[in-house]
This record gives sequence, structure tokens and C-alpha cells, in this order.
Amino acid sequence: MTDTASGVHSPADPDAAATLIHCRALSKHFNGEPAVKDLDLDIPPRCCFGLLGPNGAGKTTTLRMLLGQSPRSSGTLQLFGRDVDISRREIRQRTGIVPQADNLDPDFTVAENLRIYGLYFRLPPATLEQRIPQLLKMVELGHRSGDRINTLSGGMKRRLTLARALINDPDLLVLDEPTTGLDPQARHMMWSLVHRMKRGGKTIVLTTHYMEEAERLCDELVIIDHGKLLAQGSPVQLIQEHCEKEVLEIRDEIPDDLAEQQPPGGCRVERADDTLYVYGNDTEQLLALAGDLPQSTCLHRRSGLEDVFLRLTGRALRS
Amino acid sequence: MDWRLPTPRFEALIVWRRNVLVWRKLMGASVLMHFGEPLLYLLGLGYGLGFFIGEMAGMPYIAFLASGIIASSAMNTASFEAMWSVYTRMVPQQTYEAILATPAEVDDIVLGELLWCASKSLISGTAILGIAALLGATKDWSALFALPVVFLTGYCFAAPALIMTAVAKGYEFFNFYLTLVMTPMFILCGVFYPTTTLPAPMQAAVQFLPLTHAVAVIRPIVVGQPVTDLGLHLGVLVLFALAATWIAVVLIRRRLII
Repeated sequence: MTDTASGVHSPADPDAAATLIHCRALSKHFNGEPAVKDLDLDIPPRCCFGLLGPNGAGKTTTLRMLLGQSPRSSGTLQLFGRDVDISRREIRQRTGIVPQADNLDPDFTVAENLRIYGLYFRLPPATLEQRIPQLLKMVELGHRSGDRINTLSGGMKRRLTLARALINDPDLLVLDEPTTGLDPQARHMMWSLVHRMKRGGKTIVLTTHYMEEAERLCDELVIIDHGKLLAQGSPVQLIQEHCEKEVLEIRDEIPDDLAEQQPPGGCRVERADDTLYVYGNDTEQLLALAGDLPQSTCLHRRSGLEDVFLRLTGRALRS
Repeated sequence: MDWRLPTPRFEALIVWRRNVLVWRKLMGASVLMHFGEPLLYLLGLGYGLGFFIGEMAGMPYIAFLASGIIASSAMNTASFEAMWSVYTRMVPQQTYEAILATPAEVDDIVLGELLWCASKSLISGTAILGIAALLGATKDWSALFALPVVFLTGYCFAAPALIMTAVAKGYEFFNFYLTLVMTPMFILCGVFYPTTTLPAPMQAAVQFLPLTHAVAVIRPIVVGQPVTDLGLHLGVLVLFALAATWIAVVLIRRRLII
């Protein structure tokens, strides 16, 4: 690992130097209840990294620990090569956060929200006055700069929260469920903004429940549940590793032999309420199966990240 | 629990400034409240009761009452701001969650809020002092020296109120503090009559309440009489302020850093 010929300084922990976020055995428990267990992460710069998991999996807790907003119970955690406990304020100076719940300041207008927030980063007034119109234009809120927060729609609030997270021109952008509750138009706009941030060289860490979002945005992602890491890789890798290529969904009339989970050779069957999922790699085989079931409603499609997610975290409802 | 002493930093002034900017927007309603309620007390009780009382402790009753109300309104203004308003920013608005995503820390939030509560007391104290002067309750310009003490009094009451906020589950909880702590001080600590008229055990008891000491300093300065035991009174206020600030910081850290 140490390459003296290149003249590159070799730090004590080579993993930590190459990555923007580096943690080992990161754990957190609340009153003895584990929320995050032995999490190892290495997130390189300029990567869009996804944290996926059902409600209560430990995603938000992990994000809060990354920023020193929540003290970890054990493990090591470094951002920008610095320990979070020691350099919390320096780390936040270089980070922007879009929290899960909107916490814009209702006492201020759109532009004032950005201005006040910029003060906490000690940005000079000239920088702020230059940056605020640019950011508002980027999130298409330029025409609303003098309006109160409670006059904005949910999608506008989300975009303003993103603009606020960018006020300090951060190197790291943390998005906690950035599109939850947004309509498709607002969601697509959010996605294109995230793409733009990535092209601009920022590192992005996001949590989401939407597999389509993760597939579109993330270079790499982890699936966590009950605070433990279940799988890691690019969306394509995860689908290849954890799921057959294709799936046949069968509804209405479900044949008994399949319902008793006796699938045709090489296939795998999952049952959820009134739907049977037959996973397989052989297109002909799945189509033939569908042809044998004229009474049923059949849908044949390629497997996606959602299939991987449900396979790893189970189909049972979360509270 | 993180028992480290509070660390004062520049960011506390930004938290303070945020509140000043909000106050400026709603200044009209706020100023009306600062003037209105004490004006009612002074006109109603000062003239109404004053007609029968005449002089109290060697001064016209309106002067006695006005100087007491300046102290008690410092207590009220700071306590209400530190409970209802701070709770609103902390829980429903999640303003602190947003601030804690910046380089600012819990200590900055607590100290900024305390400074703001004291500032608001100063605003209300100044308003009442103005009215008192118009009603002839002050002797001369030296009454302005009461204002720094009003600021200290505001701070001294903001800090324990913030302790209540740190442990509150909802707004209803503040009614306990209002009824069990603030109202007794308002009635017993010399705002309406000299504490020397209380029975001896109660006289001793009210010495442990900070409002007694705030009144004991503010009244003579406002009406132009010599202040006795200035060091003792200020010392009690400062001691209360420092101890309660420490506890408030520790409890709010526990609440926000989870």
C-alpha cells in the first residue's frame, strides 16, 4: 500500500485517507436498545452513496452520528480524515444537510432563511448577497425570495431546504429522504438537482425508501436493517448478486403447487398476500409458466433493486 | 450527561441576532404588549389603590409600584420567552435542529437565547421606566442606571425558565412553574408592598427568592434613593444566573444531542 516512490504522504490508516467518510464498527444504542450495529463504511469523494433500509433501520441515526449531532456508542468515525468527536465544527463547516423533516424558519422569508443560515457559517455579507440569488435561481425560487415560508408548497420547501444546505458551498451533501412526500414533478426536479451537485464535484450521502431513486442516483449503496449492514455495492451489482434476472408476478388465481412453494426447476417463489413472485433466470421458462395460467393475471418483468430490498429485509410491515 | 461548563462563542450572538430580527418584524404587537399591561397596572392600581394608600415606604405609591413592576416585568418577560418561545423554536419549529447542522453548538443556542431573553426584559423594562417617568415616579436621569440591573434580572430568570423548557413535554408543563414559582414571587417579593411587612418567617423565606433582590436594587435606583447591600443583591442575582445557566446547558444538551 505504501508507495514511497510516488512521494505521496502515507498516513497511519490508508483507508481513511482515500475516503471522505470512514467508519469502523460504528455502533449506537439508545437505553441499551441497539440502533446501529458494527457498521463499516468507506465513502469515496465525489460519490453518490445511498443508505437504504426500512423505517427504523438506523439510517437517520447513522447520518446524525456522521455529523456529530448524535454521539456514537462505539467505533471509529472520520470525515475529511478528521475524527468527528474532535473536529465536529470543522466538519459541519464543509457539510450541507437536508433533514428528513423541514425545519425552515417560519418567522423569515425565503431569502432571509438563507441569509440567517449563512451567518452560522460566518460567511461574509458580500458572499451571501452574491450566493443567495444564485441558489434561489437554481432551485427555481427566485421569484419567491420575499415570501413567507408558510406560503410555499411541500416541493418548494424541499428545494429551499436544499438551497439552504448549499449556502456554505459544502463538499459533502447529506440528504435524508430528500423526496419523501413530493409529487413526481418535484421529485424529478430534486433528482436533476442532485445530479447537478454530483457533477459539480460534491460527495452526496442520501437515504431513501424509493428504489427507483436509489437506482437513478446512487453509484454505490448499502442496505441496512435493524442497524446492521445487509449488502453493499452498486445497484447493478446488488441485483446481480442477490436476485434472479427476471420475475413473474402472478395474481388472482394462484395454482396450488406454486402456492405451496414448489417452483419449476431453478426458480424461487415468494408469496406476499395475494401475489406470488416467481424469480428465475430463464425467460422462456417464466413465459411458459405464464402461458399455463390463463385464469391468472401475470406480469413478467426484469428484477430490480426493490426485489433485492424486499428479499433482504423481508416483506413484513414495519411499525 | 455532559457536565462540562458552557463555552461562550461568537455563534451565540448569531442566535441572539436571529431573535432580534424576528422581534423587529413583529415589533408593533410586541411593544404594545410591553407598554399596555404595565400601564394598566400603574394606572389601575397606582392611582386606584394609591388614592387610599398615599405614600408607601417614604414615596408616592405610584413610584413604589412602578419601580416594583419594572423588576417583576423583567421576570415575566424573560420567563415567558424562555419557556413558551424557546419551546416553540425547539420542538414544533425544530429551529435548533437546523442550527445544529451548522458549526453552532448547543451551548451557543442556550447562551444566545438567554442573552435574547435578557434583552427582551431590557426592552420591556425601558418601556415601563418611560411610563414611570411620565407619571412622575422617577427622580431624575439616574433612574437609567436601573436598566443594567433589569438586564441582569431578565437573565437571572431566563435561565431557570430554560431549565423548565429543557424538561418540558408540552406547553402545559409551564403552568406549574407559572403558578408555583412566578406568581408567588410576584405577590411576595416586594413588588406591591415592602417585604418588611410580612411575618418574620416569610421575610426570611423571601430572601431566598431572586425577585426580592431585584426589587431591592431596582426600586431605590428608579426613585433616587440610596441602595443598601448592593453587592449582596447583585451577588444573589449573579449566582442564580450562573448556576441556572449551567444546569440549563447540561439539560438542553441532553435533550438535543441524542
